[in-house]
Amino acid sequence: MNRIPARFAACAAANRPALVTFVMAGDPDPATSQAILDGLPAAGADVIELGMPFSDPMADGVAIQMAGRRALDAGQTLQQTLSMVESFRKTDGETPIILMGYYNPIYIFGVDAFVAAAKAAGVDGLIIVDLPAEEDEELCVPALAAGINFIRLTTPTTDDRRLPAVLKNTSGFVYYVSMTGITGAAIKSRAAVADAVRRIKSHTDLPVAVGFGIKTAADAAEFGRHADGIVVGTVLVDAVGNSLDNGKATGGTVGAVRDIVTDLASGVRLARV
Amino acid sequence: MAVSGINSLRLGPDEDGRFGLYGGRFVAETLMPLILDLEKAYRDAKADPAFAAEIQHLATHYTGRPSPLYFAERLTAHLGGAKVWLKREELNHTGSHKINNCLGQVLLAKRMGKTRIIAETGAGQHGVATATVCAKFDLPCIVFMGATDVARQWPNVLRMKMLGAEVRPVTAGAGTLKDAMNEALRDWVTNVETTYYIIGTAAGPHPYPEMVRDFQSVIGTELKEQFLEAEGRLPEAVVACVGGGSNAIGTFHAFLDEPEVALYGAEAGGYGIEVDNGHAASMTGGRPGVLHGNRTYLLQNADGQILEGHSISAGLDYPGVGPEHAFLHDTKRVTYAPITDQEALEAFQLLTRMEGIIPALESAHGLAQVMKLAPTMDKDQSVVLCLSGRGDKDVESVGRHLGMDMNA
Repeated sequence: MNRIPARFAACAAANRPALVTFVMAGDPDPATSQAILDGLPAAGADVIELGMPFSDPMADGVAIQMAGRRALDAGQTLQQTLSMVESFRKTDGETPIILMGYYNPIYIFGVDAFVAAAKAAGVDGLIIVDLPAEEDEELCVPALAAGINFIRLTTPTTDDRRLPAVLKNTSGFVYYVSMTGITGAAIKSRAAVADAVRRIKSHTDLPVAVGFGIKTAADAAEFGRHADGIVVGTVLVDAVGNSLDNGKATGGTVGAVRDIVTDLASGVRLARV
Repeated sequence: MAVSGINSLRLGPDEDGRFGLYGGRFVAETLMPLILDLEKAYRDAKADPAFAAEIQHLATHYTGRPSPLYFAERLTAHLGGAKVWLKREELNHTGSHKINNCLGQVLLAKRMGKTRIIAETGAGQHGVATATVCAKFDLPCIVFMGATDVARQWPNVLRMKMLGAEVRPVTAGAGTLKDAMNEALRDWVTNVETTYYIIGTAAGPHPYPEMVRDFQSVIGTELKEQFLEAEGRLPEAVVACVGGGSNAIGTFHAFLDEPEVALYGAEAGGYGIEVDNGHAASMTGGRPGVLHGNRTYLLQNADGQILEGHSISAGLDYPGVGPEHAFLHDTKRVTYAPITDQEALEAFQLLTRMEGIIPALESAHGLAQVMKLAPTMDKDQSVVLCLSGRGDKDVESVGRHLGMDMNA
């Protein structure tokens, strides 16, 4: 079994949502970023999304834009991001890793070469923001053929008519974007999120995780009540940003991320108490 | 002999929004349902004679179409070769071809019941045209503009504000057109229910490249008729500048299946195509990639990160190009060539002094291509330039480049 369904099943067995954490690969520098990544499971992350920095992150708010900028300024490349996963896998064979980002760096790397390298490095899934179901032939189909999950974003604008087409090639889990907006913005209607999760679950047996706008342990507990997972990113990359001194990592950088993840992990454990 | 049937180059895009390899719908899921709605609304509008009639009426009475086809006699004599003609899009209301597209799209926005308009702009010509149609149709308008461009195209910023638009300077990246487009897309994702995004160039996700081309193709259609009337045949060469490429595709489209008409697109060569990241010539100096909803030629590094590019002209300072141009480049139907900042400045001055017409710096790139081409052609041949915009917005920055005394 792929690591993603196994991990969601384990969390479900423990009657709690999975904590999915997003960090940007290479932010603020390769070594610190590797230390942040390696520390996530012990802090309580169940699933890891590792951002592939891109120069033009059109669906991201300022925090993740800046994290990507810091990583690129520090020289991060897609090859280095794959190497980070390979390094992580030397000590952790269980925690699922999903690469998240935009299509162009993968397209330039070469789709077949990327899929093979990602599989070899121990990548379990992909979330590619600018590849909707209409463009499945580009990367989704080759990734699925290689045994890599392709996790699709569904949004408040994905209505019941469209949902089956979006879910068709989705695997691993369904990522429900809590709002029409960019990462890190405020969730407009909390009640609507629970309804949407129920609606999606009526179309699929896959786990449904909720992301965009979840910031605190209390949020994690609230949104985790009905969802199979909650995704947190902006507060983690903000923690990296706030820990820096003149753009450089400090002794507090790795710990700042760990502390927030620990707090969120307590939140998901209160979701169904 | 005109090409027709399956060999026609005018059939694109296909149902997936592709022009060969290029185009497509590379957008976030939030936007996907809207893009599909937009395509449907556009198909309905295209089939509705009332929609065409309304555009026609506005073109005549609001924009001032048809724009003249002007024989540039002194310029022709100076260059000493082919007759040089100018398709005078700079005489349109708002001073450029951009109004053609904005009128079409604002009517579509109203048909779709949208109540808020956003746009990106580089030189400000598209921003001004959008602000203009929003004033006329009483719609709130927000224009995203790179902070660098706000500074170098200040007169257009004032015009937009006077027309009632809110201009939001974008400081991300180099503060130019690419960054403005990113920010407009972020706004659109956030306000998708109410908002219509008037993209200013023939790029972006399907159906924008097709739709913008259709609204701009009036340029080439008129030009063809006017030239036939004046000379009784088709011109030997047609030239336009290419940033995203809306005036160029609008000019070329009517001629794509006329192989005897040579087509030339002038890209922004900046400091020179050999200068690393010193130009914005995406076809001459870039390679295919995916950005802003479409696959097309892009300026990018070896890792697929998009470069900023450079051009003296804010309207050409974009690292990509419309997907139909990418297709026409690969098929070699259109010859795309880089024009440097310096060549554009020289062309700007030449037209100003020879014909009393101050061109936009964007259009001056096309003119520089004509200056290379005309002397190599026979005197009984003709070359037509789409003079896409007027240069009022550029007088300050050109004055600075020429070292003129700004206080005299």
